[in-house]
This record gives sequence, structure tokens and C-alpha cells, in this order.
Amino acid sequence: MEEAKGEEVTLFGFWSSPFVHRVTWALNIKKIKYKYVEEDLCNKSDLLLEHNPVYKKVPVLVYNGKAIAESLIILEFIEETWKENSIMPQDPYEKAIARFWATAAGDGLWQFFITEGKEREEALASVINNFELLEKELIGKNFFGGDRIGYLDISVGWISYGVPIFEEITEFKIITEEKFPLLHAWMEAFSSSEFVKDTLPPREKLSERYRKVREAIIQKKN
Amino acid sequence: MAAERGEVKLIGGWASPFVARPRIALNLKGVAYEMFQETVGKKSELLLKSNPVYKKIPVLIHNGKPICESAIIVEYIDETWSSDGASILPSDPYDRAIARFWTVYVDDKIPDAIRKLRPLVKGSAVAEVEAEKLHAALQLLEEAFEKCSKGKSFFGGDNIGYLDIALGSQLAWIKAVEKIVEIKFLDKEKIPGLVAWSERFYAHEAVKEVMPEADRLVEFTRMLLSGSFAK
Repeated sequence: MEEAKGEEVTLFGFWSSPFVHRVTWALNIKKIKYKYVEEDLCNKSDLLLEHNPVYKKVPVLVYNGKAIAESLIILEFIEETWKENSIMPQDPYEKAIARFWATAAGDGLWQFFITEGKEREEALASVINNFELLEKELIGKNFFGGDRIGYLDISVGWISYGVPIFEEITEFKIITEEKFPLLHAWMEAFSSSEFVKDTLPPREKLSERYRKVREAIIQKKN
Repeated sequence: MAAERGEVKLIGGWASPFVARPRIALNLKGVAYEMFQETVGKKSELLLKSNPVYKKIPVLIHNGKPICESAIIVEYIDETWSSDGASILPSDPYDRAIARFWTVYVDDKIPDAIRKLRPLVKGSAVAEVEAEKLHAALQLLEEAFEKCSKGKSFFGGDNIGYLDIALGSQLAWIKAVEKIVEIKFLDKEKIPGLVAWSERFYAHEAVKEVMPEADRLVEFTRMLLSGSFAK
């Protein structure tokens, strides 16, 4: 672990948050030593509210007293502050593609998960369109970052454990080996990576949480 | 120099604040580009091919390669033409994070406020509610300006930077909704720092020919609401 040369790094998070997981993975890859603070989102700490007064959300990374919020922004900050074990592509065009897919990849997935009938069909169509394009980004590569996990792998990494849970709960398989061979292989490679495997929340606990959230939303609509 | 730049195309529209962003960035870098104006209500083949995911403007096409999403395009421009003009993003990682954070905030609050306000009329109850939200957002941005500018002219310091472009590009529509609902948002009493900044922004070489007239946007709104652009 890179010992803080008088550096203090604290991560405020929540066990199930995919946004927090992104930061955890980046810190692991960069071998940065940090303190983790688990927040109770129903009873947010004064410190969290002080560090992220605008959105009051996790993750927040505090580095030598300075607070940075928004997971993707935190990833870029980590990349720029700790130069070793680079996670961003060097080429500006590659960077632009990675930044684009970091947010676009997940589009429609939540909608697919929390809706039914026609709404769900439309969401699914958009998810499939995106995954078809995302699949192409993996051609000739093990990870989106190439040989190693990079920014885009980290940004969409939640798909590797989130989508199987969504599939199980909705009883619909999206990422099959036939339809998306590269994405399917990537999910396995990513979740079994040394930087990721011990960080994943317990599957049953996470599945139960998502199941409850979905039920509550669907009930409210009906 | 010109030969090294390659072919630079921008798919956009005169009324879009998001299109204004790469235009200002390219101007700051002194990079010439070919503009492809989209017709409202009818997306071109080029746009659909270049942005299959969102089918939206702006799209920058550099040597045949498309880049989408205005904030991403501005970063691309800054990184690609890094030796031309001043740097658009700050150099310090924390300052960059702050500039990116407030840009996310701008995109979260301002376009939505404009979309909700522009179909309304003066005095409507909904207008009052939505106006409050916009006032509150601008108040936070006023504080951000004080912190980021550190007494200088722009969020970026002496030069227009990433956050100046992000917020500044929204000014034309803010001025347009001021006329539509007759509520003053760029109020010298409430947000003096931002009001003075907005004047400097508008006057800047790289900005002045890009920003549409508020009156033209008001007329555009009228046409939009009357269905003139429907296919």
C-alpha cells in the first residue's frame, strides 16, 4: 500500500452503492491507503453533510481535508493525483469514448428493472442497443482498458454484479453468452479480478435490497 | 499549423446552449471548423450515424471520429489542442474536480429550470415555484464564483475556463426566460459577482458571435410551443 506521505484519504460510502464501489476499485488499483466511513443514509453524519452540502450523497472522497463528490469526478481526481498504475487512456479520443460510455452504458437499465409491460420493453430495447455498441468496445481486449482494468471498466463495473441480480429478479436474461460473448466474458474477468472480488457486497443481501426497492416502486405505481 | 489540425466538423444548432460550448472552446483554441446546422424536428443522417446512442447535438467529428456530449467534447478540445491558447481546465487536480463538480450541478439544475419556465406566462404559480429553484441554484453558483475566481475575472481565473463555458453557455436562455416570465434572474442585488462575470463573458472574443440573442430565443420558444417544428 502506498503509505500516505502525510496524506490523509477518507472515503464516505454505503455498502450497496455502485457509485461508492467505483471509488473503492480505483483506490485498490492505485494501491492507495484510505480510511472508510460507512454512512447510514437514513441518518447522515454531520461530516458527510459538511463535505457534500450540495447533494448530501455518497461517495465523497476527502483528501487532506478537501472534499470531492460525484464518483466519476473522484475517479479522475484519483488518476490525476496518484500517477502510478494509470487507469485513464492516454489518447484524447480514447478518453472521450471512455467518458461517454461511463455514463451511457447504464442508460435504461434502471428503467428496465423498475417498470413493467410496454415501458419495460422500451427500456430493454435501449439497453440492448447500448450493449451491442459496448460489446464492440471489447473487441480484441480483455478489459475496456486493454490488458488491465481501466476507468471504463471501473465505471461500468457495477454491471458485472448488478445485471445478474436484475436478471434474477425480473426473470429475464439480458447478457447471454450467445448474444454478448465479450461482455459476458468481461463480467467474469472483472468480478474475479484481485481488485474487485473481495469488495463485492454479499449477493443475497444486495439482491434482497433491490427486490424490496423494486416492489415498493411498482406498488406505488399500481 | 492548420494542416496538423485535421478535419474538424461540428454538428449543432444556433439555439442550443450545449452546442455553444464546443464552439467557444474551439474559438479559444483558434481552431477553425465546419458547422453543420441541424434542422429542428428533422435529424440528419450524419447526426444519427455519429450519435447513435442519444441522437443529439452537439457532435464533434475530428478526422472522421465522432465525439458526443458537450462537456466531454470540451475536454477533448482542451487535450487535443493543448498547446494552443490557454488551458481550458485548471491544472490542479482539486481545482479540476471543483470545475467538473459545478459543471455537473449546472447541467443538473439550469436546463431543467429553463425547460420548465419557458412555456409559462408571467405571474403563473408554477412560474413562481420554478423561479425559486433557479434563484437558489444561481445563489449557490454565486458562492462558487467567489471561491473559484479568487478575485479574478472568470471562474477559470484570468481566462475563460471549463466552468465559465458550462454556465456561460446557459446565459442566453436564462435571459430569454427572464423576458418570457418577466422575472429577473441576473439580478445585480442578489448575484452581483455573477452579473458582472456574465457581462465579461459575453464581451469575450471567443464568445460574442456564438451567443444567440435572447429575443430570437423567445421567438424560437413561441414556434416550439405552437408546434411549428413538428414533422
